[in-house]
Amino acid sequence: MSLFDLRLPLGWLFFILGILLEIAGLRPAPTSDGLPSSVNINLLWGGVMVAFGLVCLWLAHRRKRKFLQADVATRRRRGDETSVN
Amino acid sequence: MQPIHLDWIDVAILVVYFAFVLGIGFVLKRYMRSSNDFFLSGRSIPTWVAGLAFLSANLGAQEVIGMAASGAKYGIMTSHFYWVGAIPAMVFVAVFMMPFYYGSKARSVPEYLKLRFDEKTRALNAVTFAVMTVFSSGISMYAMALLLNLILGWDFNVSVWLSAVIVLLYISLGGLTSAIYNEVMQFFLIVAGFAPLVYLGLRDVGGWSGLTARLAEVSTAQGYAPGAFSHSWQFMGSATENPMGVEWLAMLMGLGFVLSFGYWCTDFLVMQRAMAAESMMAARRTPLVAALPKMLFPFLVILPGMIAIALTQHHGASGFSLPAKPDGSLNYDLVIPLMLRHYFPSGILGLGLTALMASFMSGMAGNVTAFNTVWTYDIYQAYLRPKASDAALLWMGRVATIVGITISVGAAYFAAHFNNIMDLLQLVFAFVNAPLFATFLLGMFWRRATGHGAFWGLVSGILAAAVHHGLTQPHGATTLVKGGWLGHVWRTYPSEMAQNFWTAIYAWTVCFLVTILISLITRQQKSAAELTGLVSSLTPRPSDEHVTWYQRPAAMGALVLVLALILNILFW
Repeated sequence: MSLFDLRLPLGWLFFILGILLEIAGLRPAPTSDGLPSSVNINLLWGGVMVAFGLVCLWLAHRRKRKFLQADVATRRRRGDETSVN
Repeated sequence: MQPIHLDWIDVAILVVYFAFVLGIGFVLKRYMRSSNDFFLSGRSIPTWVAGLAFLSANLGAQEVIGMAASGAKYGIMTSHFYWVGAIPAMVFVAVFMMPFYYGSKARSVPEYLKLRFDEKTRALNAVTFAVMTVFSSGISMYAMALLLNLILGWDFNVSVWLSAVIVLLYISLGGLTSAIYNEVMQFFLIVAGFAPLVYLGLRDVGGWSGLTARLAEVSTAQGYAPGAFSHSWQFMGSATENPMGVEWLAMLMGLGFVLSFGYWCTDFLVMQRAMAAESMMAARRTPLVAALPKMLFPFLVILPGMIAIALTQHHGASGFSLPAKPDGSLNYDLVIPLMLRHYFPSGILGLGLTALMASFMSGMAGNVTAFNTVWTYDIYQAYLRPKASDAALLWMGRVATIVGITISVGAAYFAAHFNNIMDLLQLVFAFVNAPLFATFLLGMFWRRATGHGAFWGLVSGILAAAVHHGLTQPHGATTLVKGGWLGHVWRTYPSEMAQNFWTAIYAWTVCFLVTILISLITRQQKSAAELTGLVSSLTPRPSDEHVTWYQRPAAMGALVLVLALILNILFW
């Protein structure tokens, strides 16, 4: 059983949630307790999440490309062998 | 308390998360072709995924809420549940026990007991485990629904049924793989949701030094030395010196040895994740990969509790304080939700609540996947329909998922009406679990241990736990659920936790001795050939010559232990 790469949904989830936090961060608001925040935590943490998501997606993409290249290489090798024969 | 108001962005975050959870289940459905795929993920899970799932299956909402509550109650001593009560056992299972679990090709922990001992030992373990998992999942569902009702004003029924249906869908579609994939996502979400809370909290109290200064006031106000809340070992010489009411021997033997090894080395809930790993090497590395983040979790879940109690001490100045329960004690269970409300504006508030829901679901899904496997392989196939085809087993797995969740929902409603009966059930579960590690230790490392020995050892260990509990009481006990129900109180412990630890120590010792005794007077029914792969002396060591030394489980395990030791010393 060859499964899909978990980093794909993980990357997309964090990317999307990060963007949602960035949107919330555009309009700084106090907390439910009425505490004004000293840092814009939405903007800050949203950025971290977007970055994490992109790294996951990049890693998944890199692995997929490696697989494809390996696949092409095996096919080429097989092709060479048949032509020699 | 006033329910938290959710903005549209918070709701959007929750909805996106649920969409991903269900999406994974739907995508995985087409991979589920055999019972092996459904219950064991076709033994194809890479190490890092299995490791994080191993960690996350244990990371239920009760763990998150409970550890934060303990942080507020006992301070940094709560970290013993990680640095003493988890890491050594995780290293032990990886280095010494996994070769037998994974190498035996058993599909579950009860099945290992059948191969190693006999049918009755397997039956005892399978039935008690199956009952415990569905009830535990029900109890945590009840706790969560109650909490959501309190903090968000959500209806109890809606919370119970909504979470039940979501977990039901993604597990019955994608089986164990779906549970594991979601557990890994939940792990990252829990980190993402709670890390900023710790950051903002620490900033607010003036960093670690500010926190310890405030905790010193908490300590002295409760009648302890100033450092009792910020040192993990210094005040463990006697039980009366620390807020936990436990001394070092009970901590090391009760939690560090019996309870911790009993859970991390024998519980199928976590072991199932390692057994689904793609190779022996991956399976052995699974608990080690889990141990690294596990070691850092105290900073994520215990620190919020410590910050909360420090703020409560300065009542009014910070605008944060834990509310009191009707009996006057503080309601520690509200640490996480109240901290989220205090520090998080809309947006990240949704993320924090999503993390809480995620932890709840990962705990529940862990129980449900362990239940459907044990039910299908160890009860249905073993006793009800031994000749069932693979397609029938796959079908049964899906039915067991539905039935298991339905019973859990029933248990949640039951808990809502009869709180005391649930306390009683949890007590009985503790009795059942306490002696287990003695059975596995002897089974794996003493060839002479017999089926009769294992079975009667377990039974007497469970009885010993019950008798010890019936003869002892924690200080200030008011109900018989806390102990002393045999009429005579032999010992009074300074705290309930000390009583639990000693109950476990007695249960383990009795099980260990009785198993040896009965094994010596009964005949070994299993031949050497049957025991190969199951017992240490008859199993060739798994070769790790082909990997460089630092990639070998023993070296990785040693590194993990050194790191845990450093943490213990840093917070001594």
